[in-house]
Amino acid sequence: MRGIVEKAAPVAFTALLLAAWEIACRAMHVPAYFLPPPSAVGRALVDNFPTLAQAAWRTFSVALVALVIASIAAQLTAVLISLHPLLDRAVRPLASVIQVTPVVAIAPLVLIWSGIDHPERAIVTLAVLVAFFPIFSGAVTGLRAADPDLERLFDLYGASRPQRVFRLRLPSAVPFLLEGHKVAAGLAVIGAVVAEFGAGSGGVRGLAWQILDAGNKLQTDRMIAALAVLGVMGVGFHAILEAIERVGLRWWRGR
Amino acid sequence: MSVAALKEVEVDYPRRGRALGPFSLTLAPGEIIALVGPSGCGKSTAMRLLAGLEAPSRGEVVRTPGRGETAVVFQAPTLAPWLSARANAALPLELAGVRGEAAAKRADAALARVGLAGAETSRPAQLSGGMAMRVSLARALVTEPKLLLLDEPFAALDEITRRALADDVLQLWSASKPAIVFVTHNVEEAVYMASRVVVMTPGPGRLAGEVAVTGPAPRPHGFRATAEFRATAERVSDLLAQACGR
Repeated sequence: MRGIVEKAAPVAFTALLLAAWEIACRAMHVPAYFLPPPSAVGRALVDNFPTLAQAAWRTFSVALVALVIASIAAQLTAVLISLHPLLDRAVRPLASVIQVTPVVAIAPLVLIWSGIDHPERAIVTLAVLVAFFPIFSGAVTGLRAADPDLERLFDLYGASRPQRVFRLRLPSAVPFLLEGHKVAAGLAVIGAVVAEFGAGSGGVRGLAWQILDAGNKLQTDRMIAALAVLGVMGVGFHAILEAIERVGLRWWRGR
Repeated sequence: MSVAALKEVEVDYPRRGRALGPFSLTLAPGEIIALVGPSGCGKSTAMRLLAGLEAPSRGEVVRTPGRGETAVVFQAPTLAPWLSARANAALPLELAGVRGEAAAKRADAALARVGLAGAETSRPAQLSGGMAMRVSLARALVTEPKLLLLDEPFAALDEITRRALADDVLQLWSASKPAIVFVTHNVEEAVYMASRVVVMTPGPGRLAGEVAVTGPAPRPHGFRATAEFRATAERVSDLLAQACGR
């Protein structure tokens, strides 16, 4: 009984907010271009569903590709710099610079470099830049988190550097890597959307472009519908990564 | 002939100062030595010297340098949580380049020797504290070491488990007779397991005295109740009290 109530609570709260919104819009005669009632947004969502779904898929696939590239690049970099302290000293400040630079600030430059005909490359690149850091920093922390007594054991048995990395440090880093990927997945979606805004034109017709296009035409209901799709997509992506993390951790711990 | 030896070794740490010595210890083949001393006397440092994990500031460490000749069991089981009991026990072999199948076979044999036949595929998280410690022992024994170093191996276990493991270690020792050095805070455990108890002074640790333990090994039932055992334990306790200046 309590479980049902707990599950129903957020649904009920959302329904309450939507009802208040609907009633307020009707009672105060708010113009639809300014704030459409949720019923109008729902209608826009249904009417434009094929376009919105396609746009969502475009944005999602950009985020997914970016996550995969960022994952490979970040883990490779982290393993490489773990091999030598000097490499670590050389690379880390640069990685921090990438982390603190807002993606909108680099977007125009990356768009120029990728060329006018390939805005999708720029968008993937920008999403990769955003998703890189959480995986990288998780990997760097994780590679140092191995049990010091296990490290001594590897010393004792004369383990080589690759043996130490692949049999001890990388497996020890798994919980940190899972967490890093979860955070990076959310950031990859944000990165993809922000980059699309930066690209501006209709070169990549993802969700951001839907919002921009609807905004230009003052179709506020379609804007909010696109936002809702974006929200659902973000939550879904996060939920998938969270499930992967849970399963991964259970496998890693052995229970 | 000795398996390993510390000759007038001293260990200085930056900031903390002298941790050990001058201290000497010679290990005959097949000998079981208990290192007893107050906390911070450098027992664990002496173990790390014998394992070759650390070098002395002064003095000389003599040891057999071969891979797998020396094995260490730490205070905690120190198992890799992502590996099965079998893979954990096989780790020293795989690091030495033994092929997977052969390594697994020898790991299974080592697990069977410590009484864990049937638990090969279990993960450390599925094992009790005592069983995890046995996996750790199997991993140490898998290379057939000549020198086995046990750093307070039973400290985290309950009394019944630690007594059972003490008997098991002696039983395992009688099969291949490696030299054993083990560190403990527990005087009775030291006398029960060792053929020679080495008492150390408070840090920096020096030799406070030695007590030889006579009697059959593995210990017969009721050994703890014999007058000889009690007298020896008293001698070790007295030496320890003297060393601590009380």
